[in-house]
Amino acid sequence: MTESPATKPADGDVCQRVKNGLNLEKNGVLKSLHRCHEQQPKHHCQPEEEEVHAASHHDSQYNRPFLESFEETPMLVAVLTYMGYGILTIFGYLRDFLRHWKIERCHIAREKEEQRDFVPLYQDFENFYTRNLYMRIRDNWNRPICSVPGAKVDLMERTSRDYNWTFEYTGRVVLDVINLGSYNYLGFAENTGPCADSAAEITMKYGVGVASTRQEIGNLDRHEELEKLVAKFLGVESAMVFGMGFATNSMNIPALTGKGCLILSDELNHASLVLGARLSGSTIRVFKHNNMQSLEKLLRDAIVHGQPRTHRPWKKILIVVEGIYSMEGSIVRLPEVIDLKKRYRAYLYLDEAHSIGALGSRGRGVVDYFGLDPCDVDVLMGTFTKSFGAAGGYIAGKWELIEYLRSHSHSAVYATSMSPPVVEQIITSMKCIMGEDGTTIGCDRVRKLAENTVYFRRRLREMGFIIYGNEDSPVVPMMLYMPAKIGAFGREMLKRNIGVVVVGFPATPIIESRARFCISAAHTKEMLDRALSVISEVGDLLQLKYSRRRIQPSLSLPCDDIVFEDIDD
Amino acid sequence: MPPPPFHPACKMNFKNLLEYLAWLYYQYLLITGIYVLEPWEKSIFNSVLFSAIAMVIYTSYVFVPIHVRLALEFFSGIFGGQPESTMALMN
Repeated sequence: MTESPATKPADGDVCQRVKNGLNLEKNGVLKSLHRCHEQQPKHHCQPEEEEVHAASHHDSQYNRPFLESFEETPMLVAVLTYMGYGILTIFGYLRDFLRHWKIERCHIAREKEEQRDFVPLYQDFENFYTRNLYMRIRDNWNRPICSVPGAKVDLMERTSRDYNWTFEYTGRVVLDVINLGSYNYLGFAENTGPCADSAAEITMKYGVGVASTRQEIGNLDRHEELEKLVAKFLGVESAMVFGMGFATNSMNIPALTGKGCLILSDELNHASLVLGARLSGSTIRVFKHNNMQSLEKLLRDAIVHGQPRTHRPWKKILIVVEGIYSMEGSIVRLPEVIDLKKRYRAYLYLDEAHSIGALGSRGRGVVDYFGLDPCDVDVLMGTFTKSFGAAGGYIAGKWELIEYLRSHSHSAVYATSMSPPVVEQIITSMKCIMGEDGTTIGCDRVRKLAENTVYFRRRLREMGFIIYGNEDSPVVPMMLYMPAKIGAFGREMLKRNIGVVVVGFPATPIIESRARFCISAAHTKEMLDRALSVISEVGDLLQLKYSRRRIQPSLSLPCDDIVFEDIDD
Repeated sequence: MPPPPFHPACKMNFKNLLEYLAWLYYQYLLITGIYVLEPWEKSIFNSVLFSAIAMVIYTSYVFVPIHVRLALEFFSGIFGGQPESTMALMN
């Protein structure tokens, strides 16, 4: 990557800095770590952290029990789920047959008559799935709303006369639907209050955007203030913000790695990370979800064998993980990842899209949750879309890294700069979380979210649902399994005035369809109780209480219970 | 008829038998997946399934008694024809 064409035209000064930034590889890490420790003596690593641990003796690295459960799918349910998909697939083929022979009208895109002999565009499985399975229960997704997506939301009622191919609005509004679907972790999605007021004020002063990139004439003082604030918030040297969260991942990973580099990616990483890794042209190897044995094996193999065929050492090894995995609700085993990263001298890219603001006693994300030093993570990435109720993303880390990205990242060079009201929303909400606005609203919200999460998860488990993920993760996936239950659950919940997100293939493995609740600090106890009683009622109606665990796993389940045994050597 | 107490449906309160049967039909729709199908597809599935079940019942009604009788004859031919005790013959 040092020899990438983008570096050549840059003039001397930039090159100098770039080199500094890139020299992280050999000695930069240790030096900068040292400096970080000096600058911020309050972020101690735990003493055990420095020692080298075997991957199995990891209990001491966690300052609180790390309870994560993925209950096995009951055999009968799995068989019935496959049977259901089988039946639906047969009917899908029947309908495709009817469409093919023009017996019924085809509503979806298809090849034109004159393109008949071209390579077919709409014949792969995902298209078949969209046409014949997704379309039948499409009313559960993309529901239009007409209010602020806070703890409660107003939906526009719609009906379909042709089985979800087209929708019509009835003109009525479904009022006060309890919103369990928004990533509004800290409840900053508001249209009143200090954030909205200051954003409105800034709109009057700055307008809504400058229609230029940061490198040209789009750089405002608010952007620089925001970057300083983000760096301070995270406890790192420097930070940089982008107008789009997805592009933060997909455009910055290619700037960090290139040919001859190795990316070790968790198998459940978000599409933006996968896209970024693929665009970078590096070799990608995937380790099992949150499985440290698998990661260590890949690291060791990479170092022992080097690049394929030539056996040269890899230029860089980048471990890419997420803080909270949005589909499983699991939290990365960060102390162990950092331990491995240090032992094998790899780099760590941590995507805190869901965890920033939502985890940790101070809302600083997964690093704060484990009580680690943010300087141990080489690249901290996160979004403002979720906890901050705004839009965009950030990259934070060492000064050299950020300066390098400023001149090399595509999303920094070509993308339009962030809109000032959005920047102001982030600044105000972030200051609120940090307590710099002189109130304890931010702290209260972080605490409230943690309470809500623990309460909601505990109650769901007591009711007998299969809940995935970590005890402390505000993303709560509840297993539905059967294809018809995806549609039925969404509809029955909406009938009882609760809005939920249901997820199926391709976002999850085909039999592991689920409903995903996102807990917010804006949810009151009454709302959660109402939601829980409705979930229980619908759970009885649809027979969703699959769990076969009799005793509460909260005390008895050690971390080792979910250590994956099937490591293939 | 209330469902038996150990049944998962005991958490549901049914007012009458009809409601219980409707719930059972709903479970059938959900588990087979035909809940999401259009009415005419549902009726195709139901008629295929019920005709298959009807045929199974009919054939078993017609052929099972014959097979059972043949089997009984066969096994009684093997085991039933022997004398009560072979020791008696030897003596």
